[in-house]
Amino acid sequence: MDAKQAGIAVTIIGGYLGSGKTTLLNHLLQHADGARLAIMVNDFGDLAIDAALIESQQGDVINLSGGCVCCSYGDDLSLSLQKLVSQEIKPDHVIIEASGVALPGAIGRSLSLQRAYRLEGIVVVADASTVQANASEKYIGDTVSRQLYDADLLVLNKLDLLPTAEVESLKQWLAEQSRYASIIEAVHCSVPSSLLFNMSLVNVPDSWPDSWPDKRPDKRHDTRLAMPADSLVGIEPNNHDVSVYVSLSIKPSFAMNAHALAEQLAHKRLALIRAKGFVRDTNNQLKTIQVVGRRWSVTDAPEGAQPGMVCIAQKNDMTEHAIKALFSADAAISI
Amino acid sequence: MTTIYSARKIITMNPARPYVTHVAVHDGRILGAGSLKELEGFGTYSLDERFANKILMPGMVEGHSHAVEGKWWRYVYCGYHDRMDPHGKVWSGLTSIDEVIARLQEKDATLDNSTEALTGWAIDPIYYDNRKINRFDLDRVSTTRAIGVMHASGHIMNVNTKALELADYLRQGIEHDGVPLGDDGLPTGELKGPDVMFPVGQQAGFDDNMLEFDEPGLIDFARLCVRTGVTTATDLAAELNDDTVDMGNRITGADDFPVRIMSLRFHHGVTPEELITHTKALAKKSTDRFRLGKIKVIADGSIQGFSARLNWPGYYNGAPNGLWYIAPQQMLSIYEMALEAGIQVHTHTNGDEATDLVLDTLEAALKKHPCSHHRFTIQHGQMINAAQYRRMAKLNMCVNHFANHHFYWGDEHYRLTVGPERAERMNACRTALDNNIPMAIHSDAPVTPLSPLFTAWCAVNRLTHSGRTQGEHEKISIEEALYAITLGAAYTLNMDNEIGSIECGKQADFAVLEEDPTTVSAMALKDIKVWGTVQAGRVFAASNI
Ligand SMILES: [Zn+2]
Repeated sequence: MDAKQAGIAVTIIGGYLGSGKTTLLNHLLQHADGARLAIMVNDFGDLAIDAALIESQQGDVINLSGGCVCCSYGDDLSLSLQKLVSQEIKPDHVIIEASGVALPGAIGRSLSLQRAYRLEGIVVVADASTVQANASEKYIGDTVSRQLYDADLLVLNKLDLLPTAEVESLKQWLAEQSRYASIIEAVHCSVPSSLLFNMSLVNVPDSWPDSWPDKRPDKRHDTRLAMPADSLVGIEPNNHDVSVYVSLSIKPSFAMNAHALAEQLAHKRLALIRAKGFVRDTNNQLKTIQVVGRRWSVTDAPEGAQPGMVCIAQKNDMTEHAIKALFSADAAISI
Repeated sequence: MTTIYSARKIITMNPARPYVTHVAVHDGRILGAGSLKELEGFGTYSLDERFANKILMPGMVEGHSHAVEGKWWRYVYCGYHDRMDPHGKVWSGLTSIDEVIARLQEKDATLDNSTEALTGWAIDPIYYDNRKINRFDLDRVSTTRAIGVMHASGHIMNVNTKALELADYLRQGIEHDGVPLGDDGLPTGELKGPDVMFPVGQQAGFDDNMLEFDEPGLIDFARLCVRTGVTTATDLAAELNDDTVDMGNRITGADDFPVRIMSLRFHHGVTPEELITHTKALAKKSTDRFRLGKIKVIADGSIQGFSARLNWPGYYNGAPNGLWYIAPQQMLSIYEMALEAGIQVHTHTNGDEATDLVLDTLEAALKKHPCSHHRFTIQHGQMINAAQYRRMAKLNMCVNHFANHHFYWGDEHYRLTVGPERAERMNACRTALDNNIPMAIHSDAPVTPLSPLFTAWCAVNRLTHSGRTQGEHEKISIEEALYAITLGAAYTLNMDNEIGSIECGKQADFAVLEEDPTTVSAMALKDIKVWGTVQAGRVFAASNI
């Protein structure tokens, strides 16, 4: 998971038919927040493309105002990806919707063959009300299980359909199925887009606080991820706010082993949804660390980057002390 | 103007008069088949005796082929078996890797430009003791141009170093099941699976769309049809966008285009609703020689690629179960809407679990939209067992078996994929007929050669490449096989009212043969020479097609 070059970041969204993948895509499209997204779908189907936003359509490609583009790749994803990268204006982030029966891990492996792209993470959407039944269904049970197994990050959707008492046992079961991928709890797939793609928009602040303020979990305001302290991010205005997210920003003061740090940040015990930032490696080179659930990558940092790290978790899962410990002087020596 | 053809023997497939000597043709259709005296009753005619020494049978119907075969012949043929190209040249089979290299070198020598890609197809290492071909083998042909050779199965491709380099695959650190690495940590040049093959294939001269026919390819495919006695052929999975449809209509509409093409809309890439809407629109564009308005659904992958969905206990060698190519709910939506709209659906299954899914799904859809004449057809159905045939009979389903597969890969199935017991009942034509399932048999060209008489030979003899009879009890008779490649296939396409037999009112479609398939030995069936065809009353000699 080490790459010299940073290609265009790709997030694969998998999950069985009806789990809410398209809802998630629609949500992300509406909250692109200026990012030039390329959304690759098997078919346009239920994709809610606002007709007023369509600038042009050429066959399988729809260009939207604001720079987003939607492509229907049919049965030839690699060709569509190749065409996409040969275009003049390259997307900031590519989101591939795997078909309901596709194995997202296999798509990720073929992506590794196209150097223009870099797999950032595999997000698998699970319908809280049906995923367990689907995983034991006669025909598609093993497919659903293999999809969960491939996940770096799980979006546990339609939680409003599940009795509260059953949520914990479902999460436990999902954790085992997915080799302890981090879980985002959601209703109507309203997941803050910053959790999935636009962390690249984050401006890591110049000055960092000396102390870590207390969490302010109840204060819901539209704040950017890179708030120099724990803060709520991307709260969606809906009635089923089952979860909120907190971010933790850290400015590493020491050079450290970037690979070891990335691996630690992706460890299940931290339950991080995402982490991104720049650290000075032991050979004094600045590296970019990206974590999406279980998956991590280390690449050369872009010009002008400054050390800094942002970590996001669900409020209840945030393990602030464990994360901070990774950046302590002791840790810098030991890892 | 009525023409009466005389022939040494006319095999009609009409049980009332199975063999006659004359057939009267008017406006491309059959006025009647019988004796000259009987046919004179239709009025003035001219007697055409050019077939006096030939055998006529109904024009053969290939129920599962892909017109893209015509395009593939523009690449260098590297197969193990002799195979005839659209122009009638028989390319000798290559019996060693050295011979493959030599043929590619021959082609290399004819190319002016040292960087032009060199493309080959139909190689099959199972015939070379499964010795893997690597990039260094192909580097012997050229190190300056990209070279790619597709395997006969269509699942694997071999490329040279230059092709890997151009596709940016020649690097350390690739981790992918489909890209085996050598001791040097670099890809060996063997590429497995479409997603892996595609980016390199493009460098090695393969078309963007490896599955869809193009203009010259369609014309060449039609030439192959004439040479093999085929007057109606399917193009079984196509996207059929407007450009393709316009092109197809233009090419097939030419006065001298010799075959009726039926092209099915592939389910992929659109929602079930869009699929039905598009198929309805396509039906309106259907012409006599370019038939549209049916759907092809693909349920699972292939057995030799270990991507077919098998019931317990799965693969003989322990490989994990294969992949679904469609979600069950989507299949159900398509079936329900198709039944409601009166659209026929052909579904590809290879594994027996995939067949179970089709049967369960159709049964559910039929409860919603009862229909007894839907003729939904399972394509390949290579592992269908007796219980499944019994269900298929109750559901009024048809089957089109992949008889050729048995010859080319039967030994592999026996030894590796499904094991001896199940290999012996693959493509179980006898059991299908015993359950009164309307049945066709096919080549899946270009996967195996287009030639219904060879396909009939495969179903009658059930020989594998190594010479073993695999599944004696599933053999069918020559008569049954001839029926399967004419009326049987016509029935699965819902065209038995107009083609498939030589009788009053039907299209004047004939295969013109040099020998009588009903009297040759079972082993000689595949060697019968085809003079050409008559299609809708138009005569096409293979010698000048
Ligand atoms: Zn086929």
